[in-house]
Amino acid sequence: MSILVNKNTKVIVQGITGSAGLFHATQCREYGTKVVGGVTPGKGGTEVEGFPVFDTVAAAVKKTGANTSLIFVPAPFAMDSMVEAIDAGIDLVICITEGVPTQDMIRVKEYMKGKKARLVGPNCPGVMTPGEAKVGIMPGYIHTPGRIGIISRSGTLTYEAVWQLSNLGIGQSTCVGIGGDPIIGSTFIDILKLFEKDKDTDAVVMIGEIGGSAEEEAAEFIKSHMSKPVVAFIAGATAPKGKRMGHAGAIISGSSGSAKDKVAALERAGVRVCPSPAEMGETLKEAIG
Amino acid sequence: MNIHEYQAKELLSQYGVATPTGKVAFREDEAHQIAKDLNVERFVVKAQIHAGGRGKGGGVKLATTLDEVKRIASEILGMILVTHQTGPEGKLVQKVLVEEASEIEKELYLGMVIDRSREQIVIMASREGGMEIEEVAKKHPAKITREYVNPTIGLLPYQCRKIAYFLGLEGKSVNKAVKFISGLYQLFTEKDCSLAEINPLILTKSGDVFALDAKMNFDDNALFRHTDIEKLHDPSEEDPTELEAKKWGISYVKLDGNIGCLVNGAGLAMSTMDIIKHHGGEPANFLDVGGGANTEQVTQAFKMILSDPNVKAIFVNIFGGIMKCDTIAEGIITAAKEVGINVPLVVRLEGTNVELGRKMLSQSGLNIITGADMREAAKKVVESTQAG
Repeated sequence: MSILVNKNTKVIVQGITGSAGLFHATQCREYGTKVVGGVTPGKGGTEVEGFPVFDTVAAAVKKTGANTSLIFVPAPFAMDSMVEAIDAGIDLVICITEGVPTQDMIRVKEYMKGKKARLVGPNCPGVMTPGEAKVGIMPGYIHTPGRIGIISRSGTLTYEAVWQLSNLGIGQSTCVGIGGDPIIGSTFIDILKLFEKDKDTDAVVMIGEIGGSAEEEAAEFIKSHMSKPVVAFIAGATAPKGKRMGHAGAIISGSSGSAKDKVAALERAGVRVCPSPAEMGETLKEAIG
Repeated sequence: MNIHEYQAKELLSQYGVATPTGKVAFREDEAHQIAKDLNVERFVVKAQIHAGGRGKGGGVKLATTLDEVKRIASEILGMILVTHQTGPEGKLVQKVLVEEASEIEKELYLGMVIDRSREQIVIMASREGGMEIEEVAKKHPAKITREYVNPTIGLLPYQCRKIAYFLGLEGKSVNKAVKFISGLYQLFTEKDCSLAEINPLILTKSGDVFALDAKMNFDDNALFRHTDIEKLHDPSEEDPTELEAKKWGISYVKLDGNIGCLVNGAGLAMSTMDIIKHHGGEPANFLDVGGGANTEQVTQAFKMILSDPNVKAIFVNIFGGIMKCDTIAEGIITAAKEVGINVPLVVRLEGTNVELGRKMLSQSGLNIITGADMREAAKKVVESTQAG
C-alpha cells in the first residue's frame, strides 16, 4: 500500500498540450503511471503523443474513468481548472502550477468544504509512490520503493531527502510535495493523518520552511496523534525577516514564521529535527533504529 | 509588491475610504503649491519611502505657513531617512506627501491580512493606534479584536459595527467606520491585497474617521490582472540586483555574508544558506535559478553573485531533476569563462546525467573544487574562505 497514488491510479493531465504538460505527461507514463488522457479546451477529439485529448474534465472522466488530475495550466487559469476537476468528480487534484493568486486559493478552499475531492498543491512537485506511480515533475530514478513517507513544502529539497534515503538503502512509501504557497490544498496535518493510517509506512520525514505556522500546527498534531516516528528539517534558519525566499509562502512576517520557533515546536512534540539538510537521511535512520 | 502611502491613500479614496486631503510633491515648489491649494491652517509634510517609523526618523513634520511647508519639504526631499525598517544605510527621500493636518481625538488601529491557517481574510482592530500591532498582540492580546471573513458571503455590516464598537466609537462615527471598513475590504479583495494596515486610524474632533497613515501590499501573483496596481511599482525602492534578477526569472536576496550561493529550487537554496552557516560560514545571498535554468540564466546568476564585493567564494549546489547536470555543467563552464571567476568555486552536482556533468567540469580546465555531497561541499567552501 501507500497513500494518495498507486499502480491503479488513472491520471489525466489538464493543460496536456502545453510544453510542460506534455513533457511531464510523457515522463509520468514512462515511469509506469497510467496516464489515460488530457484536457485542453478546444482541442477535444485530437491526440498528442498517444494521449487522447478532451475539451472538458467531465468528458475525460466519463471516457477514461480517471480519478486523478495533474494540472499544468498557467496561473491565471489554475482556479478554474482546479474547480473543474473537483466538479467532474476527480478524487485527487494535483496542481503543479506556480504563481496562483492567494485569494483564488481562499475561494478554492472554501468551495472544497464538504466535497470529497482532495487537492495537493499548488506550486508543488506532485505525488510519487515509488515503483507504482509518479504523478508530478520529480525525477523518478532517485526513488526507491520502501516504507518511509515524505512530506515537503519544497521540490528540490524533497529530492535531496529522497536521494539521501535511497543512498542509505532506505526506500519510500509515498513522497508528497504539498507546495510552497501560503494557502495550499493539503497541509502537513492532512498528509500526516494518511501516513499514520497507512500500514506500509513506518516513519515520516517532514520538510518545512519559514513562513506561516503550518509546522507548529503539525507539531501539535504529531504530539497527540502520531504513533510513528517523525523526523523533520526546517529550511531558512538563516533567512532574513520580511524577505520572500523564492516561494510565495516563505517569508518571516514580523515575529511569526521563523525557523527557530518551528524547530522548537517540533522538538517539544518529540520530533527529531535535523541540524543540517545533509543529515535528513541519517537522522531518519537513527530514528527508526 | 509594496506601494507608497500617497498611492495607497489615492486608492482608498477611490473606494470611499476617508483620508486627509493632500497630494504628493517631488519638488519644494510643488509642495508649496499643494499647500496653497489645500487652503487650510495646518499642514503635515511626510516623506514617502517604503518603510515605517518615518516620524521618529525626522521624515514627518507639521507646518502652519506655506513658507514653512516649502522649507520642510526642501529639508526632507533628498535626505537619507533612517528608520528601524530601513536598516542603518537608510533610504533616499524623493517625494513628500503634503496633507491637511488632522485634529486628532483618538488614534486607533485597523489592519487586514490573509490568515494562512484559517484560509480567510482577517480584520484586526485595536484602540492602541500608532503602536506596532505585533507588540500589542504580545503585551495586551485582549486589546485586539479579530473578525474573519467568509469568502462566499463576504464582510457583513454587523462585523464592521462590532469592530467600531470595540474601538469605542459612538453615534455617527460608527456609520463612518462601517463605510470605511467596507470600502477597505472591497479594495482588499478587488485588487488582491496581501496586507492593508491603517495605523493610525483616527477619530477626529468632529467625529470623522480617517486613515492618517496607510500601508498596502499586493499579491505579486495577482498583478497580471491589475495592471493599474502594477504601474504603482517604484523600482527605486528596491535593491537593484534583486530587480535585475527578477527580469531573468531568478530569485535573489542579498545577505551580509561572503559565500555566494547558486542553487536550483527555493527550498534547497534556503538549505544551502543554512548549511553554510551550520559549518561556520556566512551566506552572501539567496539565489534560486529556477527549475529550467539555461546557460544564459546561470551566467547571469554568476554575474549577480560576483557584483557583490563581499563575495570571497561561490557555492554551486544543484540537484538536477528534470534539469540535467550536463546542461548545468555547460552553464557553469560558459559562465566561468565569460564572467571570469577569481574566487574559489565549489560545485556540488547531483541528479540526472551527473557523471557526464562532473566529467565536463573536471575537463574544463577551470579551477573547480568539487564536493561529493552537500556536507562535503559546504565544508570545503567555508574552509576556502577561512584559508584566504
